[in-house]
Amino acid sequence: MRNVDILIIGGGPAGLAAAVSAYEAGARNILILEREENLGGILKQCIHNGFGLHTFKEELTGPEYAQRYIDKVLEYGIPSQCDTMVINITPDKVVTAVSRGAGLEHFKAKSIILAMGCRERPRGSLATPGWRCSGIYTAGTAQKFTNLKGLMPGRRVLILGSGDIGLIMARRMTFLGAKVLACVELMPFSAGLKRNIVQCLDDYGIPLLLSHTVVDIAGRERLEGVTVAKVDPKTLKPIPGTEEYYECDTLLLSVGLIPENELSTMAGVKISPATNGAEVNENLQTSVDGIFSCGNVLHVHDLVDFVSEESAKAGVNAYKYVQGQLAEDEETLEVVNGFGVSGAVPQHISKKLDEPITIMFRPRGVYKDAKVCIDVGDVQAAEKKSRILTPGEMVTLKFTPEYLRKNANADKITVRVEAQQS
Amino acid sequence: MIKEITCIGCPMGCRITAEVDGDRILSIEGYTCNIGKKYAQEELTLPTRMVTALMKVYGTTQPLSVKTSRPIEKSKIFDCLKEISRHTVMRPIHIGEVLIKNVCGTPVDIIATKELE
Repeated sequence: MRNVDILIIGGGPAGLAAAVSAYEAGARNILILEREENLGGILKQCIHNGFGLHTFKEELTGPEYAQRYIDKVLEYGIPSQCDTMVINITPDKVVTAVSRGAGLEHFKAKSIILAMGCRERPRGSLATPGWRCSGIYTAGTAQKFTNLKGLMPGRRVLILGSGDIGLIMARRMTFLGAKVLACVELMPFSAGLKRNIVQCLDDYGIPLLLSHTVVDIAGRERLEGVTVAKVDPKTLKPIPGTEEYYECDTLLLSVGLIPENELSTMAGVKISPATNGAEVNENLQTSVDGIFSCGNVLHVHDLVDFVSEESAKAGVNAYKYVQGQLAEDEETLEVVNGFGVSGAVPQHISKKLDEPITIMFRPRGVYKDAKVCIDVGDVQAAEKKSRILTPGEMVTLKFTPEYLRKNANADKITVRVEAQQS
Repeated sequence: MIKEITCIGCPMGCRITAEVDGDRILSIEGYTCNIGKKYAQEELTLPTRMVTALMKVYGTTQPLSVKTSRPIEKSKIFDCLKEISRHTVMRPIHIGEVLIKNVCGTPVDIIATKELE
């Protein structure tokens, strides 16, 4: 059994940022465990640019953004073990991992940072009819094939869902010589960022079919075509008679991301049904003492910059915990999702909060001329105006301790949107 | 001629309508802030884009990710991609290394975005 002060599970942007900040806070006994053969996580396959505007004030590609953190980890000499898969975590922080090099290993950690990221929602969760033919990939898998392995998934492509990875892949496949027929979105609005819709679809004349979905998949060995139909925007049910057949050999799915919390559950970490990630307090500590969570395993972020920022906080707090400097979680207030708000993080805030914290959430729909409000108990403590809120972009909101003092007897904190739905 | 542009300056995504006569902009309408106006003017006169792509590397099937050193004219994107695909490079390669100078006769270079030992 090896003893580690701070054990970080995952060597992607969250794990790297947590490691770097823990080291800078003073921690010296850190270890990163990574399942893949290199550090960097999904950023390695995101060769498009647009990362780092908040963190580095310049637009970087995924590999470039990851390298900045990898260089820091190397410079500080923070140990990392790649090709190593964690298979169990116990509530008293014993971690079991397997690797080809060392076989089965046990680690006893004083503090654990969960930074495992998320995975893509697969076809199986969609209940789309048709055979299990080849030619159907999640957008991220197709991205891995093209950008890391130099392989070409197909020539005539349809994309289901309008998440950012799907949009980015529409452009990537076009660049590689494929014909992208359309991007099909069930909702009446896209889940992707505006700039991705303009620069990945509009630029190349790829239609975005809102309020449409795939109702049938043809082909037994290889995908031969896909039937698309309009849906009723209210019930989301396909409208008979609106079917259209698209002949294609590839279907890419970009239908959502799910935090990968199997290990968290083993450790006894309480999972929030709203985010599918851990329930955390303002220190990003989970319901299990000394276990922290950050990045996409905590909640799915829109920008990697926010992942780095959040994870840096987890790194510092994990070190404080190891040093015995992290205040005991005594009385906390629950953060409640009000109108238009889903998955606000953190879910618990200490009554003794002394530093400002950031609350993050995703709007449920598209709201114009909106106000985001925080109520402490039933007293409105803060508001922030926004011209537009969309589910594709996270909202960040500062919460300062003075709000708590405005209503000391409050039993909960509500985050809500005040607007007309458009 | 009437042209429609969606502004990407923020999530508002304002629909901007502009009337152009060749290179001359006659009118721009529909923007709600100056970011939109500036974006529309750029899009109408000389739209540019960053291009990211992959390059072949000798002795490996693993491709190298590359990007334009700065945004390149939108009309040259596919020529630029073609030129990148004609090149094969030799390891080691470091981030920022210039791999193609003045791609397609523009002042833009193609640079590496990945470390490859």
